[in-house]
Order: sequence, then C-alpha cells, then structure tokens
Amino acid sequence: MSNPITETPARASILAAPAVPTLGEERKGLTKKEVAADHPTWCPGCGDFSVLALYFKLIEKRKLWHEKITTVAGIGCSSRFPYFVQAHGAHYIHGRALPFASGISLSRPDLHLFVFGGDGDAFSIGGNHVNHTARKNIKMSYLIMDNWVYGLTKKQTSPTSPLGFKSKTDIWGAVDQPINPMKQLISAGATFVARTTTTNVNHLLQMMEQAMDHDGFSVIECFSECVEFYEGAFDASNPRKGGKFELVPETHDVTDEMAAYKLADEPFPGKFGVFYKVNRPTKNALEQNIICKAREKVGAKKDWETLQATFNRLK
Amino acid sequence: MSEATISNPSSGGAPKISKISEAVIRIAGNSQDGIQAIGGFLARLAGRSEQEVMTFMTIPATISGGASIFQVRIGSGEVLSAGDEADVLLAFYQHSYEGHLSSVKKGGMVVYDSDHVTPNPEFEKDYRHIGLPISSRTVEAIGGTAKDKGKNIFTLGLLAKMFDLNVPKIEKLIHERFTGKDESIVKNALAAFHAGYSFSVGHLYETFQFIDAKQKDRPQIVMNGNEALGLGLIAAGVRFGAGYPITPWSDIMELLRRELPKYGGMFIQCEDEIASISMAIGAGYAGKVAVTGSSGPGISLKTEALGWAIMAEVPLIVVDVQRGGPSTGMPTNVEQSDLNIACYGGHGDSPRVVIAPANVEDCFYMAIEAVNIAKKYNVPVIIITDQAIATRIEAFEEPNLEKVCQDISPDLTPVADYKPYDLSTPDGYNPRVVPGTRIMSGKYPIATGLEHDEYGHPTGSPQLHMKMNAKRRKKLQALANEIVPPKVYGPSEGNVLLVGWGSTEGPIREAVDRARAAGDSVSSLHIRHISPLPNGLEEVFAGFNHVFVVEMNDEGLYGYGQLGGLLRSRYCDPKIRGLTKTDGLTFKVKEILDRAKGTIATGIRKL
Ligand SMILES: Cc1ncc(C[n+]2csc(CCOP(=O)(O)OP(=O)(O)O)c2C)c(N)n1
Ligand code: SF4
Ligand SMILES: [Mg+2]
Repeated sequence: MSNPITETPARASILAAPAVPTLGEERKGLTKKEVAADHPTWCPGCGDFSVLALYFKLIEKRKLWHEKITTVAGIGCSSRFPYFVQAHGAHYIHGRALPFASGISLSRPDLHLFVFGGDGDAFSIGGNHVNHTARKNIKMSYLIMDNWVYGLTKKQTSPTSPLGFKSKTDIWGAVDQPINPMKQLISAGATFVARTTTTNVNHLLQMMEQAMDHDGFSVIECFSECVEFYEGAFDASNPRKGGKFELVPETHDVTDEMAAYKLADEPFPGKFGVFYKVNRPTKNALEQNIICKAREKVGAKKDWETLQATFNRLK
Repeated sequence: MSEATISNPSSGGAPKISKISEAVIRIAGNSQDGIQAIGGFLARLAGRSEQEVMTFMTIPATISGGASIFQVRIGSGEVLSAGDEADVLLAFYQHSYEGHLSSVKKGGMVVYDSDHVTPNPEFEKDYRHIGLPISSRTVEAIGGTAKDKGKNIFTLGLLAKMFDLNVPKIEKLIHERFTGKDESIVKNALAAFHAGYSFSVGHLYETFQFIDAKQKDRPQIVMNGNEALGLGLIAAGVRFGAGYPITPWSDIMELLRRELPKYGGMFIQCEDEIASISMAIGAGYAGKVAVTGSSGPGISLKTEALGWAIMAEVPLIVVDVQRGGPSTGMPTNVEQSDLNIACYGGHGDSPRVVIAPANVEDCFYMAIEAVNIAKKYNVPVIIITDQAIATRIEAFEEPNLEKVCQDISPDLTPVADYKPYDLSTPDGYNPRVVPGTRIMSGKYPIATGLEHDEYGHPTGSPQLHMKMNAKRRKKLQALANEIVPPKVYGPSEGNVLLVGWGSTEGPIREAVDRARAAGDSVSSLHIRHISPLPNGLEEVFAGFNHVFVVEMNDEGLYGYGQLGGLLRSRYCDPKIRGLTKTDGLTFKVKEILDRAKGTIATGIRKL
C-alpha cells in the first residue's frame, strides 16, 4: 500500500480540501521521539502529562502524520499543549479555541483536528462556544482537562469547582453552583460525550480513539489533577488512592439521551466511558451539501464566469 | 437641475421641454411604500443609459413603517455626490411634504399625493406645486385588493414622463425585477407604470430631457457599496467567511452566505463576533484568506482576537461598515468614528493595515487589494467603509472579471524547513506554510499569541520581543513604500487643502469644483490607505496654507477628528485642522465650503 493512512472517502472527496502533493514514498508511523517537541512546562506530577503521553501514543498507534495533525488550544496550563507536540498547531486566545478550530475544520477537512483545554477555558469564558460548536456538530475532537480549578492563574474558583472549595477568590469556600459538564454537553447537542481520567491511561486512550473516529463534534471530559492547587481532587475515582473507577455499564444505550442524563447526575466519582453518542450530520457535511448543490447549477463555468453572470444581473 | 438649453418655451397647452444635464430627485414616504425600489429602478436605468448616478437613502431604525427617503442624482456628466438640494420632491404624505420641502431648491418642483397632502399656501410662491391623486389613481389602475400598493411604480411612470425616460428600458427592468414571481405581479406593475406615465400628460407644465451622456468604453454596472465589497472579495479569491448580523454590515454577510457556495466556499453565521473572527482566523491559519466583519459594536468585540492574528501573523480581512456610535449609537446613520479603533483598537503594540474605499467602485477594487496585502504580508487588513457608501447605489464601468479574478488557494508542496517567524527576511515577511504541508526537517510551526522565537515557541527573551515587535512593524513600513501616494485633486499648491477619507470623497471633490469655479483656491487630497499612510504626504501639505481634515466624527478634546489627530501626530503640522460633524448625515458640498470659509479669517481665496 502506498498510502498506509486511512482517509475516509467522505473527507478526501470534499471540494474545499486542497490537493496535497505526495512524495511517492512509503511512510511509517511516527515514533514518540519524532512527535515530541518542547519539554512540557507543567509542574511535576500534573495530570496533564498523561494526556500528552497518550496523545503521542494515539498518533503512533493510528499512524497519523505530522503534517496532517493540527493541535489547537486556548489559554491555561492545559492549553500549553500544542507547544509540546511536533506537528502543526496553534495556541489561540482564552476560551475561543473552538471557533478557531471550527474555521480549520470547515475549510480543511483533510486534517485531523484535536483541541485541548481546561475547564475555565471550556465552560466559563468559552461556554457559549461549546454550546454552538456542539449544536452545529462541527467535526473535531475536544479534550477538556478538567482540574476543577484555574491552574495557570494560580487557584481561583473555576466553573467546575465543587461547592466549598477554598480558592483565592472564595477564601470561605466556593458558593456558586458548579456546572455539570456532561449534562451541558449533551443538552447542547454534542454527538459524542465521554468521561475519563488521567489515572486510567488505558481508558483515556480508548476514549481518545473513539472520539477521533467519531464523525462529528466529540468531547471528552478528562479529570486531570492539578497537584499544585487542587491536590487529591479526584482521589475518589482512583483505586490506587482508595477510590473506585467504575465503567459505564455495558447495558447503557449510548443513544438514549435520558439514560445519559441519569449517568451525568450520579454524584462524584460516577461512571466513566461514553455517556452519549449519536450520528447526526456534521456542519461540515451540511455545508458541503449546500456547496455541491450550488456547484451543480454553476456547471463547468469558471469562477470569473460565475461572477460575470451575477454582474450581468446588475446592469 | 443644470439646464443646458431651453427649447419649446410654451405658453400653456403642451408642457415645455427643458434640456438638462443632471437632476436630483428626492422621494419621501414611508418605508413600506417601496421607495427604495423606485430609486433602484432609476439608478439602474441611469447605469444602462451610460449616465452617472448616485443615490442617498435613509432607512428608519424601526422594522416596518417610519419615514424613509431615497434621493437619486442622475447626470450626463460626472456625479460626485447625491446632491445638496433636490430639484424635484415627490411627497407621499403630509409629513414627507413638510419634512422635506426644505431640501428642495428654491424654484424647484414639488409633486405631492393630493390624496394625503394638503399643500401649505405659504410655500406655493417658492416652489412649483403639482398635486396628483397618486394613491387613488394607483388603486384605479390596478384594481382588486392591492390597495395603494404599487403607487411606487405609478410614481415611476410619472417620473418617466417628466424626465422623458426610456420606456422600453424601464419595462425591461420591471420584467427583470419581478421575474420568477407571480405573472399577475408583473402585469400589475406594468399597469401601474403606464397609468402613471399617461396620467401625467397635461398635469405637468414642464418636462425635461437629459442631454446625451458621453459614450463609455465598457458597459456600466449598478450596485451599492456593500454589494461591491462582497463581490470584490469573491473576485479576490476569498472562499471562507464568518460573521454575526448587525446593520449595516449584514448585507455583506448575506451576500457571501448566498454566493460563496457557487465558488466552493462557505460563510458561517456564528454565535457572536468573537466566534466569527476566531473562525475566520482559524480558516486563515489553515491557508485561506478569510473575511469577517461587523459594525462598531462588533468590531469592539473582535479586538482581542485581532491582536492574536497580528501576533501570530495570520492573514485576515475585517470589514467595518461604520455607523453612528458609541455603543448602539445611531445604528442607521452614517459616521466615521471607528477610525481610531480600526487603527489602534487592541492591547499591546499591534500594527495592522487599514484601508478606506472612497466610493462604490473603489469598494470592489480595494477588497482585492486588501486580500493581496493580507496574503503577502501575513497581516489583518481592516477595510473601513460606512453606512453611506454601503447603501448608496452608483454606476461604474464594469470590471474585466476574467482579468481581476484570482485563485489564492494554499500551496501544500513539502518544504525543507520553515520558520514562521523568520527574523532574517529583509522586510519582515515570508510566505506562510500551512497545515497539511510536510516539513522535511521534522520541525513544525506553532501559531501563537505568546511572544515567540522563530519557530513559534514561547520565549520571555526581551531581545526577541524587541526583534519580533520590529518585525511586525517593518512589514507595514515595507508596505508603505509600495502604496501609490494619492494625487491632489486640483492644483498641488494653493491656499486650502481639504483632506478626506472614505465616503466623503464625492462631496469634497464637488466642493473643490464649486470653489474653484468661484475663483477660490481650494484643492483636495483623499487618503485611501490610512495605516500605513502613503509616503510623501508632508510634501503635499507643504503646498498649502490651510489643511482641513473633513470627516464625520467629533472634533474631539483637542479640536480635530480621528484622521486629523492621526495626521497631526504623524506630521506635527499645526496647520492641519479639523472640519468635522456628527449629525448622522453625509456632508453637503455647501457645508464643507461654508465651514472652511468660516474658519479662515482671510477667506479661502488665495491671499
Ligand atoms: C481574555 C483573558 N482573560 C483572562 C485570562 C487569564 N487566564 C489565563 S488562563 C485562565 C484560566 C485557566 O483555567 P483553565 O481553563 O481551567 O485551565 P488550567 O490552567 O486550569 O488548565 C485565565 C483566567 C486570559 N489569558 N485572557
Ligand atoms: S498549576 Fe496545576 S494544572 Fe498547572 S501545571 Fe501545575 S499542576 Fe498542572
Ligand atoms: Mg482548570
């Protein structure tokens, strides 16, 4: 096989994808060494290291090429991610990684697009973008490293901080009701919603693979401990710390929205795995459909001739 | 109305026919009367008759109802503005009559709907009054349940008679306009038109005939500034855009949403302006030159992301169709008060390109220029227009589309190595390598808003921050050397120089023409490239005693408007002064001249 990388035909056929010249050689998958860039600036012991390690593993296992990977993030400790990956990437502004990534996804369906970010980035400043990217079902995988705190700005309350959490902005303990990320994602219309944790690396990799294979907006909430500002936050989900890690029961129907809400309602640590997964046309496909219909009418006309036809009506 | 010759002076009976070179017609009514449609027909007809045309309209802020006007100036020679005073007022209601009489030239003509308007005898000595039962005659002509819907087309018939307009051409326009609709709509429209056309005979004591216009090389096209800008972006090769609705920008996004799929592109309606600019930047990062746009309030929201695009050096087009500000301001009025946010809006040192089209035709060509600048210099370009240019219709020579249309798809050919922020290039820019491109060195770039090294990795080095700041600045200095400096309109030396930007070009030029005809020493300079400024403007200013910067914004704390302030800080020339206003209306020629005269004690004639 001259092209060992699997490209779904739907992606390859899209008009907007520019032609990629090939060098005509057989290519092997990348090794961890080839895909690692800067040494991460995270604190030793930070949960985010695991996510990075498994991202490398995913790239290796799924034989993704450098040039086809695009890693995008907003701002936060977790959002430093793209610098540590040797591939095309962008470190955008706080909370807006999703619309930025949407611009990439919609205009360049030939790329594998992964977005990483924190809980503040996703659910506070970027909250509305999560809703709209979900409802539009724009093709990309989004991994939220939820540490229940603002790490980069050094311990302020985050939208997922539990009630009573003592932070620099809530010295008496957090008083605002935290949001429920899973419920919010499902109700917003995300078509793949999963929950995992950095302390179970096999599960994390499984979730990443499934998210990558999902044709639509796939989101993973991944508990990732901030050892600096919220030590022990997720111990209850870590068997090594005396907690329990329970999978979503096999009987759970991932297309059943009500059942998914029920799972999301369980008190921490709850269950881990795919809560909700449905197939709904992506914005990418719907827009492509509009394009195909319009192009059919245009026929073999060159772009300037199409524009000329419009001008002729303006005389 | 400039009268050339008067033939057939009649003493009653048949109306006399006067030859004219131009006419200003103001139609006043309510927004649901289809006044814009009459204006549109007249403008399009003028375009097809090789005449120059310019329109001006006000739209009420309310959704339906509310007073609305459309003014159209048609000329066989050059038409630079929509005209200070109307030759003919067509008033549908008492409020239209009373509210707009003052816009009519003394001795001008008022045609009113006698079904709704009671003329004021006091005005009858200053203006020629013609009362016609427009509403009832329309109902009579169309019949049925149409009520007086169609009185706009009836009125078009009246005007066609009055100005001896080409009837077959108008019939063709009516057909084109209503094709695809119910057969009876075309029939009713034609019936209304002919009723108006034949009714007027005997009721008008004067009719007019335009002298022949100069033959043009290419056919003319007729459109407004928003259309010209949107279509210019398509010609430039833009295939991706994202936006959020706001008047008067929405027309552009609607046009692009509708048209781009034909070219394999798309325009996305986003949840807000921040998402819109982010999506456009994302597409830009991925290899497109993408567009976003808004009006003042939305531009404010975009500024953080704009700073990222400047820092990360990603091409981007941002359209700002200005309206009255601050805040929600005067959303359906014109103002030029976003120049500061366009040039300086954002945190940190964030040099960007700002260009301002001067008329409708310029919107088309500057859109292409903007795209080419963005792509070459990897920089956001703000195209700043305003409500007046966005909505006014002009006829201009059809562009040679085969020549101007361009393909700007990204090149994904593998490269040996790539430094996205290469410091060794002489002018601070190099072609971008975008995702999907293989880099044989195995070192991949990160686009970033953090200060960075040449590969895009974060750095806290003061040295690098200074070098990168210089790089981002140097690109624009290189661009400045490329910009063709504007030419002075009128002699390049004299007493007064009027400086303008954007939609005021027409009235300023007309002011120069009028002043010079009266023997005054006035020239003008129109600045279309605002950031960076073209080279050599100081030499232009040196040729004049007084420099007035004419702009539709407030005189500010120190007595000059926003461009005025910029020019003063750039040239430290105390003779640069402001000539500003914020009444939400376009400049009248007379206003400009009176204000200039009023400011100079010695008068504007050369000493
Ligand atoms: C517009 C804007 N506001 C505020 C900040 C400051 N800021 C940077 S990261 C951050 C919160 C990060 O929290 P989270 O997203 O949970 O990421 P973490 O650091 O915990 O991984 C804030 C408030 C910013 N960079 N930009
Ligand atoms: S502050 Fe917390 S989240 Fe940030 S790197 Fe350190 S441990 Fe990780
Ligand atoms: Mg966090």
